[in-house]
Amino acid sequence: MKSSVIIFPGSNCDRDMDVALKKFGFKNQMVWHNDPKLPKSDLIVLPGGFSFGDYLRCGSIAGKSKIINSVIDFAKSGGLVLGICNGFQILTETGLLPGVLQQNRNIEFICKNIYVKVNNTDNKYFKNIKKNILELHIAHNEGSYFCSNQELKSIQDNNQIAITYCNSKGLSDHEHNPNGAIDNIAGIFNKEKNILGMMPHPERMIDKYLSGEDGSIFFENLIKNFK
Amino acid sequence: MKIKVIVTLKNGVLDPQGKAIQQTLNSMGFPNVNGVRQGKYFDIEIDEKDEIKAKSKVDEMCKKLLANLVIEDFKII
Repeated sequence: MKSSVIIFPGSNCDRDMDVALKKFGFKNQMVWHNDPKLPKSDLIVLPGGFSFGDYLRCGSIAGKSKIINSVIDFAKSGGLVLGICNGFQILTETGLLPGVLQQNRNIEFICKNIYVKVNNTDNKYFKNIKKNILELHIAHNEGSYFCSNQELKSIQDNNQIAITYCNSKGLSDHEHNPNGAIDNIAGIFNKEKNILGMMPHPERMIDKYLSGEDGSIFFENLIKNFK
Repeated sequence: MKIKVIVTLKNGVLDPQGKAIQQTLNSMGFPNVNGVRQGKYFDIEIDEKDEIKAKSKVDEMCKKLLANLVIEDFKII
C-alpha cells in the first residue's frame, strides 16, 4: 500500500507520520507542497503542525497551495485522505470537510492524552477496529469544532461524526470535552467517508514504552482494511 | 488604489478572545463594557484605477481566502 505525506512549511508531525505509516507496512513518500503532482498513492495524509505559521487562519494558506488541487481531485475520485490536527484544519479550509476549527474554549494550547469513542465503523478507517475507545494525544490551540446547526444536523443524519471526546468508559459529556467542540466532535468524515479529519494524533501513540499503543491499533486496522 | 477590508465573526459564533478582552477591560475599571468582538483588518494595495472593479476583485478575494464564510462576515470599505 502506498501512502504520501504532504509537507508544508511549518508542518511538524510529518516525520512522525512517516515513521508510523512505515512501521505498519505502508510504502510512504514525502511530498513537498509545491510539487504540482501527487505520486500514485492509496492514502494521502495531511500532517499536523503549523503550516505557513498559522497565518490568516489555521490551514487557510496551505488550503490554497499548489498540491491541494491534486489532493482535491484524488479525494473526489474516492481516494483516502486523512488530515490530522493542522491537516484537519486544512481539510475544512479547502471545503473537503464541513465546518471549521475554532480557538479552544479556554484560550489555552492543550497538550495531553484524551480518550475518543469511535462512532462509525462503516468505513475504511475504522472497520473491524478491535477497540472502540482509544487513548490518543491532542496538541492544539484551534481544535474546537464548529458548524451551523443546519450543517450539524446534516453531519449527524449522514453519520459523518467519526470520533468524539469521552472518558475512558466512553462517556461523552461536557466534562470530557477538552476544547469546546460542538457535540464533543474530535473527528469527522465527508459524506462518502473516504476523507477523515481528526484533531487527535494517532502517530504519537505507536510505542508501548513511550506513549501507548492505541495509535498502533488505528494504523494496523487501516492497513488491514486496504488488503 | 487601496481597499480596506474588515473581517468579523458572525453573530452567535463564540469569540473567546473577545470575551477575555471584555473581562480584562471590566477589571481595569471599564465596568460598562458589555461586549467585545475581535476581528481582522486588511489594507489591500491593488493595481486598478476603477474603484468598482477593484472592490469586485477584493470581494472575490474575501470569499476565496480572507474570510471563512462558515464563521466570518466581511465588509469592504
